[in-house]
Amino acid sequence: MALLEIRDLHAAVEGDEILRGVNLIVEAGEVHSIMGPNGSGKSTLAHVLAGREGYRVTGGEVLFDGRDLLAMAVEERARAGFFLAFQYPVEIPGVSNTYFLKAALNAIRKERGLEELDAMDFMTLIKEKAALLKMDEALLKRAVNHGFSGGEKKRNEIFQMALLEPKLALLDETDSGLDIDAMQIVAEGVNALRGEDRAIIIVTHYQRLLNYVVPDFVHVLYEGRIARSGDKDLALELEEDGYRSVA
Amino acid sequence: MGTSTDQIRELASQRYKYGFYTDIETDSAPPGLNPDIIRFISAKKEEPEWLLDWRMKAYERWLTLDEPTWQHVQYEPIDYQDQIYYSAPKSIEDGPKSLDDVDPKLLETYEKLGIPLVEQQMLAGVAVDAVFDSVSVATTFKGKLAELGIIFCPMSEAVREHPDLVKQYLGSVVPTGDNFFAALNSAVFTDGSFVYVPEGVRCPMELSTYFRMNAAKTGQFERTLIIAEAGSYVSYLEGCTAPMRDEHQLHAAIVELVAHEEAQIKYSTVQNWYPGDENGKGGVYNFVTKRGRCVGKRSKISWTQVETGSAITWKYPSVILQGDESVGEFYSVALTANHQQADTGTKMIHIGKDTSSTIVSKGISAGFGQNTYRGEVRVLKGASNARNYTQCDSMLLGDKCGAHTFPYIDVRNPTAQVEHEASTSKIGEDQIFYCQQRGLSAEDAVSMIVNGFCKEVFKELPMEFAVEAQRLLAVSLEGSVG
Repeated sequence: MALLEIRDLHAAVEGDEILRGVNLIVEAGEVHSIMGPNGSGKSTLAHVLAGREGYRVTGGEVLFDGRDLLAMAVEERARAGFFLAFQYPVEIPGVSNTYFLKAALNAIRKERGLEELDAMDFMTLIKEKAALLKMDEALLKRAVNHGFSGGEKKRNEIFQMALLEPKLALLDETDSGLDIDAMQIVAEGVNALRGEDRAIIIVTHYQRLLNYVVPDFVHVLYEGRIARSGDKDLALELEEDGYRSVA
Repeated sequence: MGTSTDQIRELASQRYKYGFYTDIETDSAPPGLNPDIIRFISAKKEEPEWLLDWRMKAYERWLTLDEPTWQHVQYEPIDYQDQIYYSAPKSIEDGPKSLDDVDPKLLETYEKLGIPLVEQQMLAGVAVDAVFDSVSVATTFKGKLAELGIIFCPMSEAVREHPDLVKQYLGSVVPTGDNFFAALNSAVFTDGSFVYVPEGVRCPMELSTYFRMNAAKTGQFERTLIIAEAGSYVSYLEGCTAPMRDEHQLHAAIVELVAHEEAQIKYSTVQNWYPGDENGKGGVYNFVTKRGRCVGKRSKISWTQVETGSAITWKYPSVILQGDESVGEFYSVALTANHQQADTGTKMIHIGKDTSSTIVSKGISAGFGQNTYRGEVRVLKGASNARNYTQCDSMLLGDKCGAHTFPYIDVRNPTAQVEHEASTSKIGEDQIFYCQQRGLSAEDAVSMIVNGFCKEVFKELPMEFAVEAQRLLAVSLEGSVG
């Protein structure tokens, strides 16, 4: 059984059909990249999978770990191990990063039948993960994403991913707005999280992140469908010829 | 899968948790307000002649005043002749000697409210002067406080036992004719707390009073007076809930604070009176005059309030900064859900030199709630180097509520520095979605976001109150109540 199976997925935003029959199978341990031009439906796909309000599924189905993903509430999907790294991470003033992450981690642990972590164990854990991501520990004490630079926000997303240990992580244009140094750090984090039990989907506009995180599969989303699939060479080809070649 | 909008609406219309009613025989005055009623109250309280005269003058003044209309709230006209101005639980007419003498039903009420009026108080370090309707029913730790010379007792007792202090200070901060509701209170006030902290004494525990209204159509007219002599310190907590009922309940309290040289008074309030139902029916009308006077040099008065209840809140805890280098602070969280309306803020009146004031106001509106911040910063001619910092933030949950800000700034000294910052934000669907995507429920997300928004104010509250305040916000905004 595949970790994620998307079958003929159709979805509309404000009456406009954006996804027009997406099919995709992702197995545990794989890294996929979904590329495509602006407006091709990349972010819509990410949001539909996460369960965001305002995205209406008009057809098809999605199985996640054998469960009907589309029937689950947003937080149920998260607790079941689906993680979305946001393109625009949201600021929550007054709520410390540490407090937020502890609440999130414990909500997820509870769902998995694990005991909630106490403050001591939690601090040990986040220090370890912060070191992995070369996160400044000062950021952990600050309010969630509040006043973070663009790079800090993206790194915070990857940090959260490392901490919450999802089965499937979808990175929605995590590379956008990052300079090369920041991108390398993010890429190191993603690579560190690659593993047999975990799948990662990297949604990106450009090929450059894929220089650092080499995907097993590359898909081109075009006009709401997967127009082509291939290996990492497809990304290079797209870089050369643009998305027109796909159409 | 549906998230924020519906859930916010649902969360914003949670039912009031403390809607129960205690059936106790009351000894009440007939409805209406006239000189006979005032004599009745004064006689009930066995008051001296001077206080009756004082009340009568206030009553006469009240007759000449008009109910204010400038506030940004709407309500049906109040029939002041239809209110009951005195009501006391009968079983305690003679005054209980200890908790054992208190009507078990009263204790049960306090239990339901979670008021720790038991032996654990000692451990918690909280002395409670509990007001049930108009008569104080139990006062604890008096002995311990008395050793330090601190007086903490019901106002009616202070009138009997410490008449000189009461005479000297009553009405010295809020004059009887200050405003319509202040005049009304001065005429008919029934009880409240009196605190006196002698020179150089630091009050070793948080003093706290829980107010609770009961008996249909009974308004409450508390009168609280706190005097801190030179170099003393006192922290006072006031917290309240009220039973559910259909009639509007009128509440017009007065709190007066006096801080002498280098004295500090910290006054914290958590107000959770019945806000009315989700259609705006019922609920408490809360018209309160709270004011402190920093009389002495380097004195400090700090107001912290968390207002989550009442159908209407009209309240401006203020500080008159008279002594040089005196400090005034106002930290406020006001939540209006359903059809609640709040017009609240503060006045900082800078008179002395080098005086400074800080105002931090957080307004949260949900449902059809209307939340108004109204604040005045006045710097008089002699107040050289006065400083004020005002921060006024509003948060909206949903699209049918409102937030309004009316800052008045009047500066008459060129050396003054006055800063005002204001912001309005909408609790974002994106914020809630973000939290949910990390595994939190929508309720926990809203609660977390709102508490984060209020953090600067909560950190000013004493620890146990901060916890209660967070719980109150959670109750008002979460589905924890069926």
